[in-house]
Amino acid sequence: MEFSYTDEQRMIRETAEAFFLDVSSPQAVRQAMGQARSYDPELWQRLCNELGFQAMIIPESCGGLGLGFVELAIVLEQMGRRLTCSPFFATVGLATNALLLMASEEQQQRLLPAIAAGELTATLAWTGEEVGRAGGRWDESAVSVKVAPCQGGYTLSGRLRYVIDGDTADLLVVAARAAGSEGRDGVSVFAIPAETPGISRTWTPTLDQTRRLADIQLDKVFVEADQLLGKEGEAWSEFSKALALGKCALAAEQLGVARQALDLAVDYTLEREQFGRAIASYQSIKHKAADMLLKTEVACSAVYYAACVASEVLSKEGDAAIASELHEAAAMAKAQCSDTVFFNAGTALQLFGGVGFTSEYDIQLYFKRAKASEHYLGNGAWQREQIASLLIDGGGLS
Amino acid sequence: MKLTFSNEDERFREEIASWLESNLSGEFAHLRFRGGPGDEHAFPEDRKRWEQHLAAGGWTCIGWPESAGGRGASIEQQVIFAEEYARAGAPGRVGHIGEGLAGPTIVEFGTQEQKDKYLPGIRNGTDLWCQGYSEPSAGSDLANIRTRAVRDEASGRWAITGQKVWTSLAHESDWCFVLARTNPESRAHHGLGFFLVNMHQPGVTVQPIEQMTGTSEFNEVFFDEALAEDIVGEPGDGWRIAMTLLGFERGVSTLGQQMQFQNELNDIVKAARANGAAWEPTIRQRIAEAHIGLRLMRYNAMRMLSADSQESGASSLVYKLHWSSWHRNLGALAMDVLGPEAELLAHPPYELTRLQALYLFSRADTIYGGTNQIQRNIIAERGLGMPKETKGR
Ligand SMILES: Cc1cc2nc3c(=O)[nH]c(=O)nc-3n(C[C@H](O)[C@H](O)[C@H](O)COP(=O)(O)OP(=O)(O)OC[C@H]3O[C@@H](n4cnc5c(N)ncnc54)[C@H](O)[C@@H]3O)c2cc1C
Repeated sequence: MEFSYTDEQRMIRETAEAFFLDVSSPQAVRQAMGQARSYDPELWQRLCNELGFQAMIIPESCGGLGLGFVELAIVLEQMGRRLTCSPFFATVGLATNALLLMASEEQQQRLLPAIAAGELTATLAWTGEEVGRAGGRWDESAVSVKVAPCQGGYTLSGRLRYVIDGDTADLLVVAARAAGSEGRDGVSVFAIPAETPGISRTWTPTLDQTRRLADIQLDKVFVEADQLLGKEGEAWSEFSKALALGKCALAAEQLGVARQALDLAVDYTLEREQFGRAIASYQSIKHKAADMLLKTEVACSAVYYAACVASEVLSKEGDAAIASELHEAAAMAKAQCSDTVFFNAGTALQLFGGVGFTSEYDIQLYFKRAKASEHYLGNGAWQREQIASLLIDGGGLS
Repeated sequence: MKLTFSNEDERFREEIASWLESNLSGEFAHLRFRGGPGDEHAFPEDRKRWEQHLAAGGWTCIGWPESAGGRGASIEQQVIFAEEYARAGAPGRVGHIGEGLAGPTIVEFGTQEQKDKYLPGIRNGTDLWCQGYSEPSAGSDLANIRTRAVRDEASGRWAITGQKVWTSLAHESDWCFVLARTNPESRAHHGLGFFLVNMHQPGVTVQPIEQMTGTSEFNEVFFDEALAEDIVGEPGDGWRIAMTLLGFERGVSTLGQQMQFQNELNDIVKAARANGAAWEPTIRQRIAEAHIGLRLMRYNAMRMLSADSQESGASSLVYKLHWSSWHRNLGALAMDVLGPEAELLAHPPYELTRLQALYLFSRADTIYGGTNQIQRNIIAERGLGMPKETKGR
């Protein structure tokens, strides 16, 4: 059975592990959190120039490395472990995936080489006010920016909320809908340079300071016809696949966050003594740690299963039967990893006792990232409902 | 990293699937979906004949080396066999303790003479085995075994005296492998021996224990100077051999059960659709959770069984805790889907429905083969390097 890393994948893992350990120390993370962009541009350039991770899943014909999603998941996991502050997730995990799935050959040639070269950052901007309804609705009902055709192109108006790196990204992949349309109908997707007239972007300070969110206001923004990705009014089904790939990416990152929360907790309990012995020797502590490892291992299986499926989706000669599992695989991975990351971070926080409550200790940063990542693209309960509707109502996942 | 099996393996899948399809008919048709956990008492004689029929087709002990009478099937093929076996609803294997535990132990540690003597009976489905480990004072603390083995210097044979308990299928078995103390002065895991004991002799008494299910799958077994046929390894090797055997228990043999779990989950979803529970939000959450847990169990197993054990070490440590907890939750879900209907027996005086049996029997999963608490101790100690439990006495 070959459900394990290849030698090359193991090398990528070792490289990524060493790199992020070095450049994304807790001090570096705290420093980046305080900066104007919430990331260190110098580190981003090093990541792009020295390692080329941002080019991983971009085909060689567009200046990329032509690797698969498993390799991407490996890198994201390591970034999660170190809470690396970076436009990587939004640029690669969200926007690049959307471009790979939806952009025409010509559009890809226009946009992907710049991303591969580390010259362009990007994000998905698709959620309007509605996404916050009832604690989070991460489906087609969240698309509320209005689009209308006009001479030579389209105009877009409306408000986008909770956009990851929305105020710093160079390129916005925006989902919008036709006036009067509902549900999956009428959705169109555009690639829009962030500096286009009519766009105003505002940073919205966040609880998890390692990842930035923004509000984006579109006021009669004119976009040319060739900025449309895919079919006008019929983009939801492809776009929902891009979101599923985003879930796979986020799940991989959550796995790293969860693993590190466990490791930090175990290290601390081995050091800290009470009642004359290391607190790690108490069974209630050991059993909590064992539960964390169990969940982490299951999450790991989920991530690598989903990554294998995602690879088939992105590959031109991908296995269609496996690729058809995308929505289910992504929902499973996001459900498992969301629950795990919160469980691990919350349990770890408890095992640290009083010091865990200080700003000085790092575990609080993991605790905050855990909740933020749980919500984005839908928490465990949301994903389970998607699975239930597939199983029970046979509605299909999208 | 790959999710698919090779073409050759897929051909193997077709071969076993079609063999099962054509052989689970006629005199064996009524055995479909019978004899699994909670249903061990169903048609024992017919299932013994099925075991022998399976053997005649060359489908027992496929993972054993060819020299031992197996097919030397790869891990992939063993997985495929287990999956197809369960998918076809082929009956619970009466020979699984021999095939999965006794046999591999004899292959690994036995002499050539012992292999020649014991393996054919297991391979041919004629000799059934049981596992004599637990005792009244040796449960989780298995090393606290008191059953004694005394060697008669004249004949060179070992006589076993003591009591085993919770011995599954002892009442159906021809042989028992018994962990007993060879050195009366010894303590804990020192001074134990691993014995092969014929159950059909005057010194062996089997007393069924009625379980909460109303049936009697396990027994007390009393040994009163029962003669051991053989000792595997040397006196003092018992613990090492017993532990290796537990490793087999957690290996491939657990994979087929996932397909059986899938059958159970399908039944539950069917029941939930029928009575409308499938549209209750909390039940939907639990059904989805069960579905996810089962799918991921498969990928856990695939990681565990993948050649590269460097990264898969932790996945095998957590495997038992994962499936046992999952299955226990499934049992409770079954009852909660059925609601008041869950109370009604299949037949008086105490015949359980399939889902009732699932509910009750899944509670044993978190006990035998190392309880969930013991699993957590092991995971923390071996997987995370946390301190070992302190011992009393
Ligand atoms: C259906 C069934 C079939 C079985 N079949 C067989 C068989 O064929 N052959 C055989 O040899 N045995 C068999 N067993 C026995 C099984 O292996 C034991 O029941 C099991 O090892 C637990 O031992 P115990 O019952 O003595 O419980 P105990 O060890 O007394 O445990 C009682 C409780 O204490 C907890 N506990 C014990 N020690 C610790 C610790 N150190 N830390 C934390 N918690 C602890 C346990 O988790 C459990 O919750 C079977 C059991 C069942 C239920």
